[in-house]
Amino acid sequence: MPDGGSTGIGVSVKRKEDYRFLVGEGNYTDDINRPNQTHTYMLRSSSAHAKFSIDTSKASKAKGVVKIFVGTDMEVGSIPCGWQVDSKDGTPMREPAHPPIAKDKVRYVGEIIAVIIAESLEDAKNAAELIDVNYNDIPVIIDMQDALDNSKGLVHDEIESNVCYDWELGDSEAVDKAISEAAHITSLDIRNNRLIPNAMETRSAIGDYEHATGQYTLYTTSQNPHVIRLLMGAFVLGLPEHKLRVIAPDVGGGFGSKIFHYAEEAIVTWASNKIRRPVKWTSDRSEAFISDAHGRDHVTSVKLALDKDGKFLALKVDTLANMGAYLSTFASSVPTYLYATLLAGTYTTPAIHCNVKSIFTNTVPVDAYRGAGRPEATYLIERIVDKAAREMGISQVEIRRKNFIPVDAFPYQTPVALQYDSGNYNATLDAALKKADYEGFAARKADSVKRGMLRGIGFSTYLEACGIAPSAVVGSLGARAGLFECAEVRVHPTGSVTVFTGSHSHGQGHETTFAQLVSEKLGISTDMVEISHGDTNNIPFGMGTYGSRSLAVGGEAIVKAMDKVIAKAKKIAAHVMEASADDIELNNGNFEIAGTDKSMSLADISLAAYVPHNYPHEELEPGLDEKAFYDPLNFTYPGGCHICEVEINPNTGEVKVEGMTAVDDVGKVINPMIVEGQIHGGLAQGIGQALLENAAYDSNGQLLSGSYMDYAMPRADNFVDFKVGNEVTLCTHNSLGVKGCGEVGAIGSPPAVINAVVDALSELGVEDISMPATSEKVWNAINQAKNKN
Amino acid sequence: MGGQEMEISLKINGKDVKADVKPNTLLSTFIREDLNLTGTHIGCDTSQCGACAIHLNGDAVKSCAILAAQADGAEITTIEGIANDDELHPMQQAFHENHGLQCGYCTPGMVMSSIKLVENNPNISEEEIRKGLEGNICRCTGYHNIVKSVKQAATVMGG
Repeated sequence: MPDGGSTGIGVSVKRKEDYRFLVGEGNYTDDINRPNQTHTYMLRSSSAHAKFSIDTSKASKAKGVVKIFVGTDMEVGSIPCGWQVDSKDGTPMREPAHPPIAKDKVRYVGEIIAVIIAESLEDAKNAAELIDVNYNDIPVIIDMQDALDNSKGLVHDEIESNVCYDWELGDSEAVDKAISEAAHITSLDIRNNRLIPNAMETRSAIGDYEHATGQYTLYTTSQNPHVIRLLMGAFVLGLPEHKLRVIAPDVGGGFGSKIFHYAEEAIVTWASNKIRRPVKWTSDRSEAFISDAHGRDHVTSVKLALDKDGKFLALKVDTLANMGAYLSTFASSVPTYLYATLLAGTYTTPAIHCNVKSIFTNTVPVDAYRGAGRPEATYLIERIVDKAAREMGISQVEIRRKNFIPVDAFPYQTPVALQYDSGNYNATLDAALKKADYEGFAARKADSVKRGMLRGIGFSTYLEACGIAPSAVVGSLGARAGLFECAEVRVHPTGSVTVFTGSHSHGQGHETTFAQLVSEKLGISTDMVEISHGDTNNIPFGMGTYGSRSLAVGGEAIVKAMDKVIAKAKKIAAHVMEASADDIELNNGNFEIAGTDKSMSLADISLAAYVPHNYPHEELEPGLDEKAFYDPLNFTYPGGCHICEVEINPNTGEVKVEGMTAVDDVGKVINPMIVEGQIHGGLAQGIGQALLENAAYDSNGQLLSGSYMDYAMPRADNFVDFKVGNEVTLCTHNSLGVKGCGEVGAIGSPPAVINAVVDALSELGVEDISMPATSEKVWNAINQAKNKN
Repeated sequence: MGGQEMEISLKINGKDVKADVKPNTLLSTFIREDLNLTGTHIGCDTSQCGACAIHLNGDAVKSCAILAAQADGAEITTIEGIANDDELHPMQQAFHENHGLQCGYCTPGMVMSSIKLVENNPNISEEEIRKGLEGNICRCTGYHNIVKSVKQAATVMGG
């Protein structure tokens, strides 16, 4: 009997993918070895900005060396940026060339200057020691304010400025007018700290060229193998799609950092043809710190205008966004379309203006990291709302309620381009207040005070836009690709199903969630469903996984393909049972003739489709295998309330998270267990940003936080049990009603944490603390406040 | 470079292994490259992340922190040797039931470390689990469900 109900939508089905990971049989890129393979060491620049010359003659003769390539050996296309942003004066962004191997100038510590290919990694590393590099250092630009002053130097000589673009969104006149007339203005200067994504699996790539067929295969740690095939094939190496296969097997976390097309992918693919042997490269962690794209790194001034009752009138935002030394794949879109469009948040602020200057510096390229633009927007909104409340003597909860977009205002058009389809911000706030036991806070604070400790509570009632994205919309905003998704649903002759999806799972549990969609719709158990992803030769097409898009876009493509399967199956069933297709109903996996006891199972129908002896050949092709593309109609808009409670030891400055509550509205939930897991992970990265993590450069451009000894990765004992809940309003423009859950934790939580820290310190007169709120920073703030008082 | 190879013999997942290793080969490299047991993962180069944790003579050890040569004569279990045929170890089962893994990369090390944590402290508290897993980094789960998994496994393993 079909048993869709127990593994369908809304059930916490245990993950199908777990077993192979639990027994050590995952298949990650570094686990793959190709016959006759060579090993690669990338020699990287130790200088942040220099003209250089390089001599590889000694190294070329070293033991085991197969070949050494330098920049001038690799005359290929520039690594492309996927999104063109125009400045407000209409000029296109400045887009400097980005060669895979630096030719005569390096622009950040970590840039590749030579590729050493050898019989073993040890041989390659030993040979690298014999390479002579002569650096002629050039003044280094690290600070974004310095970068604005051309006299301090240019990261790229060929463009006349370090400003990539100077862009704006919103009505600047309306905002200035509101600010000049407002009863109250709150101002805040904010740094959104630079982060290093640190997926636990480091990047790895194997290029494998088959001379006899001219076929290239790239195995790579990617969130979107088809996108890599397009960017690398079309723009860098000039390889047509049919000769290039990209496989992203099991991938050990991405968080955005594995979206982008990296130089190493092009290098190993290209080199495998040059040396006619497979070329393997795996990053070590130290290398990852200086070669994976970093995240965040904004410096922002923000002003909020309010009327005398605390109603928001206008928001003015000025941001400098760090691009690093080169434009990474999505870099230009993150501080613009994924950021400024979010500035209404959950509020009815009628006038908003945002100006963004994106800046080249001699640092690792900066690009999307879990949330990408939305955490930066959310942070400044939720911080300034908090500050305004404190200044005006309104409670943190009240000021938010006063300004929420009301439930009956949806669809709601914001002044910064987006139209929200649904949400209920009071509902998530109410549920979070209850879950966090807000009423008991005063008693808990009294207890802390009794013990000589400080205690604070902080809120964030955030919103984000994900499910990216409608191709026509992003196209009009400069995206150089469409952001649809593709799926193929193949019903096999005996009724089991394989789904080929362009989404890519690197921890999100697609193999289970997507199987549940099939289970729900076709009425078969998830045990009968296999989800295939990550190989451009198997999957018809795909745009991959980022921006919490897998379910809202990839899942919808699967639903569309299933609709086609069902429509065809009904016709087959009608023919075999001699009925009209209009009379066939699908109930729990059975195709029934309405009002009779005659029915066929999916397996009966698929057998008829593949053994078409009794089949409507004049009307239908044999087989039961359908493909669909889905392009979303709008972004999706998850939102919710995060509440953080901290206790601070005034003697040490240590901040202890005592409570972290998240009530999110991510739309319809397919697998509650997986959704909660996604939110836990996001919260940990958000708390990590707020309290621990920071990518720090010295003034010479050396990364100070370049290992786990120096970069504070969150550990198990940094956290308490998270309290997670959900309230649902359905997305109105996709059939599943889903919104997306991958990033909400990281987007909503940082301001809740910092607001809690500021709340705890506010009685001492502290108004602001920058991320990460380390013990040292908090201790200093406490002591400075004490000295002032 | 690396000096003369030396012969080591050890027992790994119940099987006797003899091999020639260079004096500078890390045990983690030996396990992955020479024995092709790729369930043991490498997540860092400073012995911080714990993805390479194995059992060596009954202790949970980061296999990147010792040389293969030092494991001469040792009895080693890797993640591949924990389940009893198709029957998962209670710790593996608990990770499955509590969604204690997402991308799966830190999982082998987490499971190996957690087994020893519980074996050495059958009535382990939540605080002790969090402290005990300080040497294992996970970027996906926020540790929430890992802690739950270890707690559940502790009750099954006879705490």
